[in-house]
Amino acid sequence: MSGWPILSIVTFLPLVGVAAIILLARGSNTTVASNARWIALITTIVEFAVSLVIWAKFDGHTAAFQFEETANWLAPGIGYHLGVDGISMLFIVLTAGLMPFCILASWESIEDRVAEYMIAFLALETMMIGVFTSLDLVLFYIFFEAGLIPMFLIIGVWGGKRRVYASFKFFLYTLLGSLLMLLAILVMYYTAGTTDIVTLLHYHFDPRLQTFLWLAFFASFAVKMPMWPVHTWLPDAHVEAPTAGSVILAGILLKMGGYGFLRFSLPMFASASVTFTPLVFALSIIAIIYTSLVALAQEDIKKLIAYSSVAHMGFVTMGLFTLTQQGLDGGIFQMLSHGVVSGALFLCVGVIYDRMHTREISAYGGLVNRMPIYAACFMVFTLANVGLPGTGGFVGEFMTMLGAFMANTWVAIFAATGVILSAAYALYLYRRVVFGDLVKPALKTIQDLSMREIAILAPLVVITIAMGIYPKPVFDVTSASVANLIAEHQTALAIDHAPKLAARGLNP
Amino acid sequence: MTLQADLIVLLPELLLAVGAMVLLIGGVTAGDRATGIVSWLAVALLAVAGYLVFTHAQPASAFAGAFVVDGFARFAKILILTGSALCILMAGEFFGLDGTRRFELPVLMLLATLGMMLMVSASSFIALYMGLELQSLALYMLAAFNRDSLRSTEAGLKYFVLGALSSGMLLYGISLIYGFTGTTEFALIAKATANSGANVGLIFGLVFLVAGLAFKVGAVPFHMWTPDVYEGSPTPVTAFFVTAAKVAAFALFIRAIVAPFPGLMHQWQQIIVVVSVLSVVLGAVAAIGQTNIKRLLAYSSIGHVGYALLGLAAGTQLGIQGMLVYLAYYLLTNLGMFACVSAMRRDGEPVEDIRQLAGLSRTQPWFAFAMAALTLSLAGLPPLAGIFAKLYVFGAAIQAHLYVPAIINIVASVAGAFYYLRILQIMYFDEPVRGFDRGIGNGTHAIMWGTSAISIFFVIVPAPLIAIAGSAAHALFP
Repeated sequence: MSGWPILSIVTFLPLVGVAAIILLARGSNTTVASNARWIALITTIVEFAVSLVIWAKFDGHTAAFQFEETANWLAPGIGYHLGVDGISMLFIVLTAGLMPFCILASWESIEDRVAEYMIAFLALETMMIGVFTSLDLVLFYIFFEAGLIPMFLIIGVWGGKRRVYASFKFFLYTLLGSLLMLLAILVMYYTAGTTDIVTLLHYHFDPRLQTFLWLAFFASFAVKMPMWPVHTWLPDAHVEAPTAGSVILAGILLKMGGYGFLRFSLPMFASASVTFTPLVFALSIIAIIYTSLVALAQEDIKKLIAYSSVAHMGFVTMGLFTLTQQGLDGGIFQMLSHGVVSGALFLCVGVIYDRMHTREISAYGGLVNRMPIYAACFMVFTLANVGLPGTGGFVGEFMTMLGAFMANTWVAIFAATGVILSAAYALYLYRRVVFGDLVKPALKTIQDLSMREIAILAPLVVITIAMGIYPKPVFDVTSASVANLIAEHQTALAIDHAPKLAARGLNP
Repeated sequence: MTLQADLIVLLPELLLAVGAMVLLIGGVTAGDRATGIVSWLAVALLAVAGYLVFTHAQPASAFAGAFVVDGFARFAKILILTGSALCILMAGEFFGLDGTRRFELPVLMLLATLGMMLMVSASSFIALYMGLELQSLALYMLAAFNRDSLRSTEAGLKYFVLGALSSGMLLYGISLIYGFTGTTEFALIAKATANSGANVGLIFGLVFLVAGLAFKVGAVPFHMWTPDVYEGSPTPVTAFFVTAAKVAAFALFIRAIVAPFPGLMHQWQQIIVVVSVLSVVLGAVAAIGQTNIKRLLAYSSIGHVGYALLGLAAGTQLGIQGMLVYLAYYLLTNLGMFACVSAMRRDGEPVEDIRQLAGLSRTQPWFAFAMAALTLSLAGLPPLAGIFAKLYVFGAAIQAHLYVPAIINIVASVAGAFYYLRILQIMYFDEPVRGFDRGIGNGTHAIMWGTSAISIFFVIVPAPLIAIAGSAAHALFP
């Protein structure tokens, strides 16, 4: 392996872009804006290339952490520790991969304070990548929460009419959850003597303590995910955020909750996870069915997609807590494919919003007549969102339900109704926006996709379909780590149950 | 021990005392023209005193143990001297723009600093009280320093009356403690209480003592004076109250509780926990409605007092270490924040309404950025310095099994985050109004920049400060 600290590079490279914008983007307003755009685009593309290099060098046969880096930092037991395994690897690629699209999508739609906008996005990218690379709880926490600040600014400065309300709601909801997690982290530090994640993965917390720790972490991840009933910040944030902000929100920030469950809740608090599985299943099913129904009634395109995100995240939480290979693999796959698909859907909304400046469904109709390329792209993503076989959305949904079927048949049955509902709201949306006659006068002159927009959407179409017909590269990366997670979980459960069995006079 | 040896231990304080008197005489002779030079000499004196404190590494005591120099005192003194020196710098530029420079200001600040240094080194209640009163009398005058302003004189009077009341409570507590233990020296009281345990009289004394001290740090329910005094006093003086004076009061609080009463920890811990929780909750809720930036920062400082007291409530070395980290962070961030406030001037007039910050990110982007960094650091959001301070006090509380207060305080901090975010909202989201005056003064700008840079980059090397605070806290737990 090369001597380069490649994970530090991938984590902090966007900050170099920030410095470059501050130092190089000077002159009149228009030159500042265009310099900032180009610097941001180049930085994110280089960043994506670096993440692909890591993926290429990644060894999928082992569950161990790779590319590890350590340094002294805060105190004994709290250090700078980076590393990736099969669970975090692809989230880094997803994050780095979505960013250039975000920058491109903001190319023309953001005209005001462009340099600041790009700085906020690049800073946000460092925080997001840091969440997935850090192997120390305190470090993780810092990245996890620091990402709130740029997102708060992105929604609040460049958002829509109710941006102030949405940005505060987003911030305060997430903050409350993560502060409880901070206390849990401190408890873990004083119990185990370290916040090093690799060490903690093999540390067995007392089952009674686990319950509280699990709940504290759950408070944070459930808000982030978001799970019903703490999902209400998401529709507001999505509706008000600029297009690229919505893409990041749906594509990456929501995945941090699922990643947190995978990284901390399941392996570290094994018996508490089993205890609370019914709760998670119940909340997941409510999310799947209830938010799908809510999505049906929406008048705002972004809000509809936001509710559909909550429903899809319900599949993820359900899959993760089945604790089967299929469920976990499927949950991870669902997060990745949803990252691409929902991001792409928001980009599609952004395309027509840039032209018409409204997100009302009723303002559209018959777009296929004037925008055939757009209609085709939008259709692929809509069908992927429904979970049609052959698209990325199918694999994840199918596998999580497979896992759920093995764990609890009823859960799988309820979840399956969600698939039907998702077809209902997604196709209904598509019909109202794209099909029908083009009667609205404002739409008579609407233009089809420009080259820039085709350059944004075409790769995403390819990725969406590729994920659907050849998902193996993803599972090659994840399966070893997932298998290891399940095995460790079983061992941890056995240890937790040993005293109980012994008390009953049985040998463990 | 000879008198000479005693005096050498006291060297930095003697230097300040003599220096302040010399500057006073010089100022009286030369008049207000000499204000500039008096200010610089005062800063130089503080720097020399800081150097002496810094180099005097050996623990020592003087005057039969009434005055001690240990790691804890040195840590607090360095903070106090830094705060005082920067406040004097800020004050020179602030009053220079107002055209009301008076040479008494640096002299009074020097005298107050002297009192603070005596306070944090005091190891008997008599020495403590002398230092405290020297400090307080200077502060009363400073609060009313803008003598032609109604608000400033009101602040001075309020501070004086309530301060005198709290000193009375403190003295009453001290006399009870003396009556029941027969001594005023911390070490001997510790011995006496270890033998006798808690008795009603002693606990009465302890309660009055804690009430008096809580008053001095501005903790709920003895906080009523802070918003009015902070709002009414001239901005650099408020900065002095919030930074140097608060750190000194905290150092005094810690030593006067931890050193004499380790045996009564279960008694005082309950009081401190309640005071801490109330302060955090009130600070978070009451600040929401404020529109005056100084008033808002006053409530914010009440909240911060609550967080810091959580470390004391833990009653462990780790808790004190966390508190010291907290005080260092609190001092620097507030210095920066008040530098920003004193840079808020339009057409030469100070502006204190937070709505006047609207759109600052467009009119003065770097000013807005510095202020945003400091605000977020005060809110305790990572990756800014504030999170590490919070991490340590909450860590200490968790380690001492104070789960419920820790949870209440952390939930209240979300409510607190709201008003810090509101400052951000006004600066970044709202439509701009006219920008502030430029050319506020290099010192003020340097403080603003220095402290915001520290807030941002502290995350890279947090360990040294924490280690120093750890060894300082160790001095109290031999």
